[in-house]
Amino acid sequence: MIPLLFGITIISFGMMHLAPGEPVVVGQEFNPKVSAQDIERLRAYYGLDKPLYEQYLNWLNRLVVLDFGKSFSADGRDVIDKISERIPVTLWINILAMLLIIVIAIPIGIISAVKRDSWLDKCMTLFVFIGFAIPSFWLGLLLMIGLGVNMNWLPISGLHDYNWQQMGFWQQQIDLLSHLILPIFVSAIGGLAGMSRFMRSGMLEVIRSDYITTARAMGVPEKSIRYRLALKNAMLPIITLLGLSIPGLIGGSVIVEQLFSLPGMGLLFFEAVMSRDYPLVMGITVIGAVLTLLGNLIADISYAWADPRIRHGRNG
Amino acid sequence: MIYFARSFPLMFIGGLIVACVTLLALLAPWIAPYDPSEINVKVILLPPSWEHWCGTDTLGRDVFSRMLYGARVSLAVGFVAVGISLVIGLVLGAVSGFSGGRVDAVIMRLTDMVLCFPTFFLILAVIAFLEPSIWNIMIVIGLTSWMGVTRLVRAEFLSLRHREFVLAAQGLGVSSIRMMWRYLLPNAMGPVLVSAVLGIAGAVLVESGLSFLGLGVQPPDASWGNILTEGKDNIQIAWWLSMFPGLAILITVLGYNLLGEGLRDFFDPKLKQ
Repeated sequence: MIPLLFGITIISFGMMHLAPGEPVVVGQEFNPKVSAQDIERLRAYYGLDKPLYEQYLNWLNRLVVLDFGKSFSADGRDVIDKISERIPVTLWINILAMLLIIVIAIPIGIISAVKRDSWLDKCMTLFVFIGFAIPSFWLGLLLMIGLGVNMNWLPISGLHDYNWQQMGFWQQQIDLLSHLILPIFVSAIGGLAGMSRFMRSGMLEVIRSDYITTARAMGVPEKSIRYRLALKNAMLPIITLLGLSIPGLIGGSVIVEQLFSLPGMGLLFFEAVMSRDYPLVMGITVIGAVLTLLGNLIADISYAWADPRIRHGRNG
Repeated sequence: MIYFARSFPLMFIGGLIVACVTLLALLAPWIAPYDPSEINVKVILLPPSWEHWCGTDTLGRDVFSRMLYGARVSLAVGFVAVGISLVIGLVLGAVSGFSGGRVDAVIMRLTDMVLCFPTFFLILAVIAFLEPSIWNIMIVIGLTSWMGVTRLVRAEFLSLRHREFVLAAQGLGVSSIRMMWRYLLPNAMGPVLVSAVLGIAGAVLVESGLSFLGLGVQPPDASWGNILTEGKDNIQIAWWLSMFPGLAILITVLGYNLLGEGLRDFFDPKLKQ
């Protein structure tokens, strides 16, 4: 895991610094008051005058003690502070989106597999294909027009209503939730489609396997075949898939947060990238990678927990 | 024809959609009723009508014509990006699966690493730092989407490596390169083709997402994504600006996905039963 993280930082650091254009220069080219010496001074101040490998080692050195450096932007705050105030929004949206995916996709997959080729299965397959193909921001836009602007049912941007301060505790929670419904749904749609498709094919495969046929021949009732014997094995690949879908969710949060103007990590990343705030970009990349790796670790552990073959080693 | 449509409905519908979209994109200069970048201030933001099938945008340009030209951009990005990712994926996967051992371990580590990366972050960063041009977009999407193909080819090579026909060829002294190219690769082509077709769909989606953030193909060139961005800015007054390009993306991606799924069933009939 650590070498993996190491590699990721090298790649992003290299790519970022090799790209033409420097943060101190951006926005200053046309400013007559900034002389060449000023730019040199600024570069020295931010450590950009040193060779690339030295900059990287410096950065890495500080990272070891969790010091992400200071942001290049005008406020010059610590990167870690900037990220930590933005991260809860992104985490909540993604966790809730993932829960939504699990809660909806698994039953859909099971039902389509059990009632294969029924009209229900066909409807769900159609839904899955559309869910796969729909650009999430477009869906978000349509929902904003439909539910937000025309119907006026849900708020379309931000986290809180303007009178948030005056609300009671429960009112605040309801307000927050109503602001999050659309973003969560939009983040979840792609995963929803993929996961239910996967669940369906997994379930179909298991239902055809020998031990299920045996169980059926031995007169085990159909219900307990489905939900006690088949389901457990069909669920296994889902765990891996959930782990693999984390990078997509985190990456997707840029678009979702931009669309709904949510103050999360994705939007922060977008702003950092646009203003070439190197320390901030690197910080968010590292945090994103750590989150992904953590997610994969959790997936691996729960895999071992769910599958006795892995828990007891291959020959156990 | 009818037999084909009956036996492979997914492939048929998908192929039909893909063929139509490709044809429209190729014939854009002949079909388009207006010049896609012709500005006409007299017809700003007109709703769809007989003269302008999909309405006009904030500069009075015909949205239908812009979408036809946008199709060229989206499809070109899809094809070239997938081409790049195929080349990388095939080479890495082939080398990895054929040579095994340490080389394999290194390549697989690399693959895991890129898989763990929130790739959209990477794409975004690179595009923003370089100029957001169509070539950069193609290259970056290609460079960040080869992992699936690599894994596929490697798995296929691993399972084929010890089969009799390969051993026989090896015994006859066939060189490694020739072995991979002539004996192993053709056997792995099915799944690779499927993932390439699905990859085109993915690339079209990523490009539209980038354009939506303003980092895609830059105006005045049209792309579905940047028409949509304009749609977002005028969402209250001009629904057609966001409706039609979105539908175009949806239908195109749907077509490629259906085609991919159909091809998968075709190459691996076991899954279908």
